[in-house]
Amino acid sequence: MLDRNKIGHEFDPFTVEVERGRLRFFAKAIGEINSIYAEQSAARKVGYSDIPAPPTFLMALDLGGPDMPPVLKLLDMDIGRILHGSQEFEYFGDICAGDTITVTSKIVDMFDKKGGALEFVVCENSYTNQDGELQAKARQTLVYRNLQEK
Amino acid sequence: MTDIQVGTEIPRLELAPISRYTLALYAGASGDHNPIHIDSDFARNSGMPDVFAHGMLSMAYLGRMLTNWQPQSRLRRFSTRFAAITHLQDVITCSGKVVELVEKDGEKLASCEIQAVKANGERTLVGEAVVAI
Repeated sequence: MLDRNKIGHEFDPFTVEVERGRLRFFAKAIGEINSIYAEQSAARKVGYSDIPAPPTFLMALDLGGPDMPPVLKLLDMDIGRILHGSQEFEYFGDICAGDTITVTSKIVDMFDKKGGALEFVVCENSYTNQDGELQAKARQTLVYRNLQEK
Repeated sequence: MTDIQVGTEIPRLELAPISRYTLALYAGASGDHNPIHIDSDFARNSGMPDVFAHGMLSMAYLGRMLTNWQPQSRLRRFSTRFAAITHLQDVITCSGKVVELVEKDGEKLASCEIQAVKANGERTLVGEAVVAI
């Protein structure tokens, strides 16, 4: 059983630089062909300061911290037993190449289903740019498979 | 964009079959280095038949569908539930439609049901997107 006392735990915030080359690599990996996601000039033509981060790139920012998902270490989870349950994003502004984003993360809920065979960990994250503007929020549910212990 | 009504369908996005190459690229680009998606030995030791796709890869495909349809700057909310695992060679199609028009803080919004579906009809991701219109 994961430690429920960690509900409410806030991880140390960290900052991540949004790199143009990384955004191009991400666009390639997801098969994105719209030139605004690869060329600065195309992005500027439609009003961005530089190449914008695609909608789901926020998750890559989460993974830009010092530890691979810090929740794994805190709750002593085995990475091979984790599944992604759900993901929500809310957008308030752009995140583009050249931005420096501060990521905060907090465990807001933990619960189990199927008699403890599956445990759920819910985290809420926020993404604030170098000008102090909150640009996005996320809510993520991880599923932990305990089936092997039965 | 007054042509958006309840029932308006978002143009579909059909993807190539999921390959190990796709998963390796996505692991590197996303920073999600969980070996269960790229190392078959690790996946089998974790009780899975083989490596399988990152849920966030399919969510990124849904994101492509949405930003092909409307500029990303109009996207207000985007959420999905991961309903089934996407395996190697699965062919994913993304689709969606407008289910409600609402107004919030003086802004007109279209709420859309979105989904990613395998060729056999199984839904892998089911979610919602809200775009300003």
